[in-house]
Parts: sequence; C-alpha cells; structure tokens
Amino acid sequence: MTSLSLRREEARRARRARGHVTGPGPGRWAVLAALVVLAVVMLLPFAIVTLNALKSPAEYSSNGPLSLPRGFYLDGLVEFWNRVDFGRKLLNSFVISASVAVLAVVLSVLNAYALGVGRVRGRLWILVVFLMANTLPQEALAYPLYYLSKATGLYDTRLAVIIIFTVVQSAFGTYLLSAVLGEFPREIIEAAAMDGAGRWRVLWRIVVPISRPTLSVMMIFFFIWTWNEFFLPLIFLISNDNQTVPVSLGVLQGDKMMDATLSSASALLGIVPAVAFFLIFQRTLTRGVTVGAVK
Amino acid sequence: MAVHAPATRPARTRAPEPVRRFRRSPGYWVYLVPSAVLLFAVVIVPFLMNIGTSFTRWSGVGTPRWTGLDNYRRLFADATFWASFQHNVALIVAMAILPTLIGLVLASALFDYIGKRFGTRTASALRAAYYLPQVLPVAVAGVVWGWMLHPSYGALNEALEAVGLGALAENWLGDPDFALASVMAIMVWFQLGYPVVIFMAGLQRVDPALYEAAEIDGASWWRRFWHITVPQIRPEISVVLLTCTIAALKVFGPIFVLTRGGPGKATIVPSYFSYQNFFEKANVGYGSAIATVLALVIVIVTFLFLRVQERA
Repeated sequence: MTSLSLRREEARRARRARGHVTGPGPGRWAVLAALVVLAVVMLLPFAIVTLNALKSPAEYSSNGPLSLPRGFYLDGLVEFWNRVDFGRKLLNSFVISASVAVLAVVLSVLNAYALGVGRVRGRLWILVVFLMANTLPQEALAYPLYYLSKATGLYDTRLAVIIIFTVVQSAFGTYLLSAVLGEFPREIIEAAAMDGAGRWRVLWRIVVPISRPTLSVMMIFFFIWTWNEFFLPLIFLISNDNQTVPVSLGVLQGDKMMDATLSSASALLGIVPAVAFFLIFQRTLTRGVTVGAVK
Repeated sequence: MAVHAPATRPARTRAPEPVRRFRRSPGYWVYLVPSAVLLFAVVIVPFLMNIGTSFTRWSGVGTPRWTGLDNYRRLFADATFWASFQHNVALIVAMAILPTLIGLVLASALFDYIGKRFGTRTASALRAAYYLPQVLPVAVAGVVWGWMLHPSYGALNEALEAVGLGALAENWLGDPDFALASVMAIMVWFQLGYPVVIFMAGLQRVDPALYEAAEIDGASWWRRFWHITVPQIRPEISVVLLTCTIAALKVFGPIFVLTRGGPGKATIVPSYFSYQNFFEKANVGYGSAIATVLALVIVIVTFLFLRVQERA
C-alpha cells in the first residue's frame, strides 16, 4: 500500500517532469476524433428519422432524405397520429407499464421480505424458481397463456398483459431485492418487534421506507421494460383500442399505406417517448443500470 | 414445491425472542402466497402445458392427439429448425460477442484515455451517444431501420447514390445474401451501449493506483487494457455476455418487424419459427416442441455460464 502511494507520487512527479499531463498531442486528438465519429454514426439514424418526419412528401421526393427540411412540416406526424389514434396507444402503454411497475414492486417486496428478512426455509430453491420464471423464453408460455386467457375471457384485454408482466418482472425483482434485504440491519427489525410492531407493520413502516431508493430504481426499470415489450403484447392485444405503442408501430411496418415521410413520422413517434423517459429518469438509470449486474 | 409452509415456524422460535412475541403472527411464508399463486397460473402451469402439447398433434381447436416424440423427430430432421438455430448463433455474435469486444475497448478508451485527457464530461457525453439506441423499444429500433433500409425510399441507398456510390445500393433486407448481415449490423448498433455503460461503471471500482503503477513501469495503453482492465472487470464481462446471449436466443421483435424471417428462411429464428407454427400454420404441437427446445437451450446456457463464473 505504501509502496503504491509512493509510486503514485513518483508518477505525478514524472508526469510533471515531462511537462504535460497528457501524452503525445496529435495522437490524442485522433482518438477523440475516432470516438466522435462513432458517436455520430450511432446517432445518425435518430437524426435522419427526425429530419424526414418534418418534410412533406413532395419535398422528400425532390430533395431526398439527406437535405435539411425547409420548415416544420407537421402534417405527416399529425396524419399518422390520427390514423392510428396514437394518443390511445400512448395511454394503453402508460396504463399497462405503470400498473405493472407498481404491482411488480409490491410483489417483489412481499417475496423479498419473506426470503431476505424472514429467511424462509428452502429459500435458495425458491429463488431458483423465481429466476427460472424470469429466464424462460416467453415463447414457451405464449400458447398456453393465449389458450387460458381465451378460456377465462381475458384475451385481448390490457388486464391479461398487466398480470403476465407483473409476474415476469416481479420474478426478477424478487431475485434482486432478496439479496438487498438479506443485508437489512436486523437490530432495527428487532427493536421494532420489541416495541410490539407485528411483521406487517415492520414491513410497511420500516423496511419499505428504508429501501425506497432501490424500490424506485426497480419501479423505473419495470416501467421501461414493460413499455418496450413486444412479443406477448403482439399476441394478446389484437384490437386497435388495446394496442401499445411498439405493437401498433411494429404491425404497421411495411404496410402499403405507409410512404417514406409517414414511415419516418411513425418511427419518430416511437422514439420520442423512449428518449423522454431516458432523459427524465437518466440520473436514476445510470446509477441503476448496474443494480442487477454485480453484487 | 415452492413453499414449505409449516416448517418455518419452529425454526424461527429459536431466535432470541423479543419480550413481547409477535402477536401469533403466521410464518413469513404467507408473504409468498400471492406470488406463488400467480407464478403457478402464469408460468408453471403454462410451461408444463407447453411441454405437454409438444408431444401432441394439435391445431389449437378440438382435442390434441398424442403422438409421443413425433414432433421432436420431425424437428431434428427439419432444415428450417437447424437454420433458425444457426441464425441464433449469428445473432449471439452480433448481440453478445461483438458488443462486448467493442464495448470493452470503448469503455476503456473513454475511462482511461478520454476521461483523463479531455475531462469526464466529454466521456459521459460520448457514453450517452453510444447508449441512446438502447433506450428504444427493440420493435421501434426495427421500425427505424426498416425505414432507413427500405429498398425504394430508404435513406441508406439514397445516401449512397448521393455520394456517387449508387452501385453499392442493395435491397438490404430483401436480398437473401444481405438480410442476415443487415439484421446483425442493426443489432450491434442497438446493443453496443449496454456493455459500454456497464463496463464504465465497473471500471470505477478499479483502484487507480493500479493504472498509475503500470504507467510508471512504462506499460502501454494496450498492455494496461489487457492486464488490468479486462481482469478487473471480469464479473461485469460475464454478466454482459450472459444477459446478451440470452437476449440473442430469445430475439423476436426485430425479426418480426424487419424481415418476418425472410426472404425465404434467410433470417428465421426459433422464436419466430414457433410463433409461425402457433399462430399462422396452426401447428401448435410442433410450435410447442420448438419453444421447449429453445427453453432447454436457454436453461443450459444459463447453467453453464453460472458454473464457469463460479469457477473463475
């Protein structure tokens, strides 16, 4: 340790002696330039979609996809919005994702309380079951779920999708939160029990408030993951009134009615909410994206 | 199977009991009941039903007819089935291996080079740019690229023509020679930001003294990358590889939106293949067999990864 800090001092001196902190000049600009070019390539599709969503079909056919739009031509966006009743799709996506986020966090908390704090017997195997539930491909559940939902009258309802994703997301949430609650300070719980608080009260008055930061990260993730889902909503939500944003856009892709500007308008309408969530939740996300990664 | 109910109570009582006992509260297992019920209804029963129907011939209506292992025998002789798993391997390359390799270099360059020489703000801005495709629903990413690569009005071909490279224009998604490669390229674009973000977060817990010591010893950037960065963030690397490999095995949305498995069978994947059998061809038994094999492959891959990770 001391030798390391000595070396650090040495390094600082060595760098000062070299006269600059940075290393060879032209080389570093080349590296930066390469990375910036890559960033531009990554962002180019967003830019091109936006440019062309704001052009009239006539302008598109005369100037092509790479010219800057002459003004803000919003008719394409408006036309697409009205044609697919996009407000309705946004509402559906929002209702489904928000319900799943809340319900899945509640279920995860209940499970993790039993597994992490309560240390229920056989918890390792229970966790394996939850993890499997999250890992299994939805394809291996899709047809029976389709069949059962028809039998119970839940087919083509948003409720069916809410129930399914609540289970899928909470399976992952349980896995994650059990590890977190496993470290929950026991003294606090014992002190509360001493004061006569039952387990139910300990959960809602002590465990949940203290774990709020983790729970809010989980809630955001469940919301976004559910928003982004495609396979099961595609199967379950067939009527126009129930479809989510990704399903309605995905189904229209390649439709004969879609011309160049209308297609880019549809892509832009899919991009905007996703980027908006990213910007709104960015701080929590960059902290939270690693939450499940390494523990 | 999941809940061993009464066994928990006696186990709890050996803990030093608080003065006032919990008021005859039932064991902690009651908190698992809602999930256990839902898990049975939504995952366990449907999964068993799926395995069951994979041994039958069934159109989705009427009574399934038991055929034993017929579906599986047919499956292993079916060229489409093997093609779909080959495409899965291609997608693992595109969604797990390439993003991990490129992501390692990018994360290390941003953290160890750009961050130190141009400031962390520059590094974060670049990271955000690489991450942006990841925020899209994957189906929307498909819509974006379906438009960019459209044979008659797509921006890519128009752009090639505009710079005089019109000869290079292709029907990127409609030509069997290019379709899979195009889908792979799109998936690299979509996936890249995830490893970059995870790896950069991992690098933050590496002791800077390691890098400084290496620098004094005159280690090049490449040697620091290979001998410090990669070993230090090995846990992150295996998590990224595992989650991305599973995502690649499950891929459905981009295939549905971009190519519907075509042209011909050029981009078919197991997930889409089973969907076709379920909902287009009314071969529910056969579709179930495909889905069961896919589930098995995913479980085995997960298990192997966790074993390797434990040993490392």
